[in-house]
Amino acid sequence: MERKSINFGYAIVQDRQIDFDANKHEICRAVAVAEPTLNLCISCGTCAATCSAGLFTDFSLRKVILLLKRGETEGLLKEVSKCMLCGKCQLVCPRNVSTRNLVIQISKALINGKP
Amino acid sequence: MAKHVVVIGAGPAGLETSAKLSKMGLRVTLVEKEETSGGHLKNWHTLFPGNMPGLKALESIKEGLDENVKIQTNTQVTALEAVNDYFTVSGHNGWQEKADAVVLATGFKLFDARRKEEYGYGIYENVITSSDLETLLAKGNLFSNHKNPARIGFVHCVGSRDEKVNNLHCSKLCCITAVKQAVEVKQLFPETEVFCFYMDLRMFGRHYEELYKEAQEKYNIQFIRGRLSESTEDKEGNIIVKVEDTLLGKPLRIKTDFLVLMTGMEPAAGTKSLTAMLGLKDVSDKFIRPLDEVLQPNFTDMPGVFVAGTCSGPKSVSETLADARSAALAVEAFLKE
Amino acid sequence: MRLEGKRLIWQDYQKEIADDHYFYARSCIRQTFFPGAEAIFMRILKEELGKDIHDEQHHTSCTGIGYHSDVVPFDTTMTVVARQFALMTEAGYENYAASCVTSFGLYTEILDTWNHFPETEAKIREYLFKATGREFNKPRNLAHASDIVYKLRHQIAAKAKYKLVDKKTGNPLKVVEHIGCHYSKMFPHKGIGGAEYPYVLSGMIEAWGGEVIDYPERRHCCGFGFRQYIVQANRGFSLSCSKKKFDSMEPYEPDMIITNCPGCPMFLDRWQYALSEMEGKTYGKNKQGIPVFTYEEVAGMIMGYDPWEIGLQVHQVPAEPLLDKIGIPYDPLQKFTGKQGQYLGIPESPSYLKFYADQQNTEVIK
Repeated sequence: MERKSINFGYAIVQDRQIDFDANKHEICRAVAVAEPTLNLCISCGTCAATCSAGLFTDFSLRKVILLLKRGETEGLLKEVSKCMLCGKCQLVCPRNVSTRNLVIQISKALINGKP
Repeated sequence: MAKHVVVIGAGPAGLETSAKLSKMGLRVTLVEKEETSGGHLKNWHTLFPGNMPGLKALESIKEGLDENVKIQTNTQVTALEAVNDYFTVSGHNGWQEKADAVVLATGFKLFDARRKEEYGYGIYENVITSSDLETLLAKGNLFSNHKNPARIGFVHCVGSRDEKVNNLHCSKLCCITAVKQAVEVKQLFPETEVFCFYMDLRMFGRHYEELYKEAQEKYNIQFIRGRLSESTEDKEGNIIVKVEDTLLGKPLRIKTDFLVLMTGMEPAAGTKSLTAMLGLKDVSDKFIRPLDEVLQPNFTDMPGVFVAGTCSGPKSVSETLADARSAALAVEAFLKE
Repeated sequence: MRLEGKRLIWQDYQKEIADDHYFYARSCIRQTFFPGAEAIFMRILKEELGKDIHDEQHHTSCTGIGYHSDVVPFDTTMTVVARQFALMTEAGYENYAASCVTSFGLYTEILDTWNHFPETEAKIREYLFKATGREFNKPRNLAHASDIVYKLRHQIAAKAKYKLVDKKTGNPLKVVEHIGCHYSKMFPHKGIGGAEYPYVLSGMIEAWGGEVIDYPERRHCCGFGFRQYIVQANRGFSLSCSKKKFDSMEPYEPDMIITNCPGCPMFLDRWQYALSEMEGKTYGKNKQGIPVFTYEEVAGMIMGYDPWEIGLQVHQVPAEPLLDKIGIPYDPLQKFTGKQGQYLGIPESPSYLKFYADQQNTEVIK
């Protein structure tokens, strides 16, 4: 017997927990190979503080890097495309992360990662 | 006859203080409650920086001891009394000595991780402490029944900075120890993913920040800013970790094969009983309160009673040794007066 | 899992539970949700174990639901609770036994408040006296009814006809225990076993022959939480909390869930139905769900009480597969028969969750 699902007036709420084990980490690994300074980020946020794109959009390279490291790559391509590649962040990064190339490599890996 | 100093506690602080006092021409009795000297250091695999084995460091410290230092082991100090211009120190076994000065070097004890019930130490097989890990490394059989662990987690601040266990203080060494141990694990198991869960990374010492960078750059160790809320065990015996990734503002769940709890430092039982005996307790963190933490860190409120090492707060081995030497100088100055 | 590690913790969280002479305060909602539960408790204590238990007809709600939903102020709550204590005093009892976990938590909270703030206690005594002319003694012993069953678990086991054991294989049944939040999360030392590894239900399961299973989301809330289910807009949280638990316990193939709270069994039971209707997802073997019981119902089952007399037919997840597994007999024809033998009608069958009704033969009775 097939019945339509019942609408009780409420729905199952999607878990917003990062499920690290369910997420895929290949893209992060590919980026780390292409731009090894990815690993040096300490999430200080200096890049985002100086970012000209971040003044007008909600773009934050600090957040992009974290999402990438956690495997939260859904919607990340759109996020990273907000970068205008001006390279200002590279001037201020205390850990000498090659931020500009990192942005390019993240985009590449996300595009290549698609079927 | 040379003046006599009783040093209580034969860990690195007591040993170094005794050696230096002896060099200054004083007679020393070093009292230790356990069978052997060395304190926590004898169980510690390697020290940072330099990676010197704990036992080797201990040997070097002991080389300073000579015939002026008498070691009284298996003796728990039960009474310390000021009588006129000297002290009487008595042990549980009837041992008693007169002393012109007393140095408290009673040290710390590691936080009992069982007290953080929600972390599952003593219940979940694969939850261990930093001290357990150090012992396993020293024995050379780390994860011997588990060929290639896929993932290891290190939890910072276990028993430190936590008012739920009545410890507000930072034990300060756990951060660097976690990074040191994470690197050691990575050297033994290059394929293993290693994660550190921290509230703040307190890389205050020389070379600490450099090791942190090396851990990221060379060993790809991941640092997640979030404090462990609880751990649980799944059907396969993996440990499920729940933290908030505070930099992303989202809760995070991650499976680890082993979880290492970085247990903090608390005053040792001997430190507690002596401070109670002498009324030297510091209300803020239960370690001994020196006369002045900046200018007179080795003097106490009681003239003739001195402190050396971690009984007056968490210290690294190098800081402990420097503090012990400073205590010896303070004792010498006091006895010359 | 090292059981000895848990045992060490359990030693730290033991409490005094009175031996006899209890003043029983019922729950507002349990008699509707699981109508047999409180009756079984009374029956076992009085008839099987010869205990003295006073079933007070004049007590009211403790106001816990209103208190936790922020609609009843604490002073009012304390005064209402003071009246319950006055009823206990008037009835000549000193041992207060609460059926509801939230009431138990609330009484504990109030006694602790009075302990720390005697002036508050004095004020409440005055309120009560002005309003009702009543005075009271504080309970000498306060226990949740599950504490009492825990204390008597071995005596119950000695009298039981059945064990929590698979009749065919002789293996212990795999049991999930779930504790109400207000039982020990607010005052861990007032709950047997504490808050992280509560022992109150585990102790019963062990004593009655079952095996406790620990699963990753064991500590997670059932989803009852007053603010979650009272507001329809929040009800999805309630459902999702339960789902998180079911998904986590599923790989362990539990035979049943035992609870000690009014709300947990309600939601853990009914949400299995809601989830099945919304998503087609059922738990347990053969779409039969994971049956959920109160500890009293489990005690009643092993004592050999008629499953329909103790109200197991009002469960959404059917009890029959478990009864069969233990070997407890039941008459399928009597499932939908009322206390006076009248036919009550067969409810509509769920779409996915297995439903047990002897349709054909019941028609004959009808």
